[in-house]
Amino acid sequence: MKSDGIPSGCAISGLMSEDGRRINGKKIIESIACMHDRSNGLGGGFAAYGIYPKRKDMYAFHMMYDNARAKEDTEEFFKDHFNVDKDEAIPTHRQNGISDPPILWRYFLEVPENKLEFLSERDYVAKTVMKIHSEIEGSFVASSGMNMGAFKGVGYPEDIGRFFKLEEYSAYIWTAHGRFPTNTPGWWGGAHPFTLLDWSVVHNGEISSYGINKRYLEMFGYKLELRTDTEVIAYMFDLLVRKHKLPVEIAAETLAAAFWKDIDRMEPGKKKIATAIRQVYGSTLLNGPFSIIIGHNRGMIGLNDRIKLRPMTAARKDDMLYMASEESAIREIAPDLDEVWSPRAGTPVFGTLKAGVE
Amino acid sequence: MTMKIDAKGMHYRTLNKMIRDAVASGEKEFELDNIGGQRYIGAGLNENVKITINGTSGNDLGVFMNGAKIIINANAQDGIANTMNAGEIIVHGSVGDIVGYAMRGGKLYIKGDVGYRVGIHMKEYKKQVPIIIAGGTAGDFFGEYMAGGIMILLGMNEKNPLVGNYVGTGMHGGVMYIRGKVDPYHLGKEVSCLELSEEDIKLISGYLKEYCEHFGFDFNAVMSGKFTKLVPLSLRPYGNMYVY
Repeated sequence: MKSDGIPSGCAISGLMSEDGRRINGKKIIESIACMHDRSNGLGGGFAAYGIYPKRKDMYAFHMMYDNARAKEDTEEFFKDHFNVDKDEAIPTHRQNGISDPPILWRYFLEVPENKLEFLSERDYVAKTVMKIHSEIEGSFVASSGMNMGAFKGVGYPEDIGRFFKLEEYSAYIWTAHGRFPTNTPGWWGGAHPFTLLDWSVVHNGEISSYGINKRYLEMFGYKLELRTDTEVIAYMFDLLVRKHKLPVEIAAETLAAAFWKDIDRMEPGKKKIATAIRQVYGSTLLNGPFSIIIGHNRGMIGLNDRIKLRPMTAARKDDMLYMASEESAIREIAPDLDEVWSPRAGTPVFGTLKAGVE
Repeated sequence: MTMKIDAKGMHYRTLNKMIRDAVASGEKEFELDNIGGQRYIGAGLNENVKITINGTSGNDLGVFMNGAKIIINANAQDGIANTMNAGEIIVHGSVGDIVGYAMRGGKLYIKGDVGYRVGIHMKEYKKQVPIIIAGGTAGDFFGEYMAGGIMILLGMNEKNPLVGNYVGTGMHGGVMYIRGKVDPYHLGKEVSCLELSEEDIKLISGYLKEYCEHFGFDFNAVMSGKFTKLVPLSLRPYGNMYVY
């Protein structure tokens, strides 16, 4: 680990084709590599959507195992809980400075119908993820969504991207993260993105409300085992959108809710909604500095904290939406843009996959 | 002769060393092409050199700069003119957050919008008076903890709001001129709004003439707008904060 006078700050970048065109993984690597100096080699990762079209209706589990024992135990568990359609090593390049990777394996899983008597399929899968994290020593789920996957580890993001051969994948949404860990350890499971089902999040900042958020999520059965604050954001979106059925716009608003002094000035209709959000979802309010990009199977959401303590630039070109910590990281892959802007504090940016696109 | 550098894919350390070495051997003028996020361009330069930048420059451009002139033909990112002491930075685009942080001299002219926390803790001393002029709108905390210098915000693109919340929170020196109506709700507790005097108009006219020439704005049109002057209520707003 080399750390001579590193100018700190994590890096995030995201790109999406709203038309659902598949973009090669090289692009997102180029973008995040442009912000190399925001990371320090202790974490990098990517989320990609639309990468497994042949098995798009199966849950793609990307797993990280500390040892062969953890792999055996988890595979036993999978056999008991799923129909395993296929399993294979996640392809990697081994000669590029990434050291001591865990065992990296992926599984395409279907849920047997007899397991779904008392709960929905997605609840079942989410529960499985929690169970693996809390019950199987040395076994971590990098991602568990359909037609998507997370690729992450300890290293600079561009090295992690090449390690995972991302040039062999094409996705309609890519997000990326370069880590500069401050409060929590740099380890493979602790690299971003954090995911659950189709949700993924990359985050620059720190969440000082972690304790409140964690306790709230635990009441709904989420288990927070990854030793990093960012984990709460992925689970919150799962809770708010999938389980509580809030529109993504409202879910984003609960995380960066309006200040009371601004609510006081709203017109009555808006005021009622904003007040209800703060009263009902006080425990999902995120405190502390953040800029985040959320990925999900129908789109991408960018959001800053309420007083903009972390950077974020957004841009559009034709059907493409870009978001990154620095404008240069967008220009690197799209020099000619229709529109570039800095989203205001607490104001989400949405990218939405066109209806009918898969 | 202008020294041209193609900075495509070049690390900022390499680039900035090239510039410093060339300045040390007498080079006066630079043109940097394909700039893509390289940080600290012009950092600490004491010499009266000119640098033209094509491409999106990186964070902390002109940090501690002391005399050079930088022209940017694109947007610029966060933290430019950080603790700058003298010289000029001219941006033919918009800029990110915390620009002019603790700036203590020189000029920062921006054609478009500025982000959050612009001119935070700017200061002045005798003839060292920094000035920031932005042609568009500004985010929250404009001139937060401002201790000296001059900031002018023009709102030429008529976007709304002209300026974000907490304008001049903790301000205890210097002066701001904002062209257009400032909603009192957006003001920090430590500022008061005044009408411009003859002297104020003379002062800003000098700077704005120069500013308009850089960007091709019509000076008379700029001056025809109504300006609000913001000054601190107190030179020591928190003097009693920790006194029992």
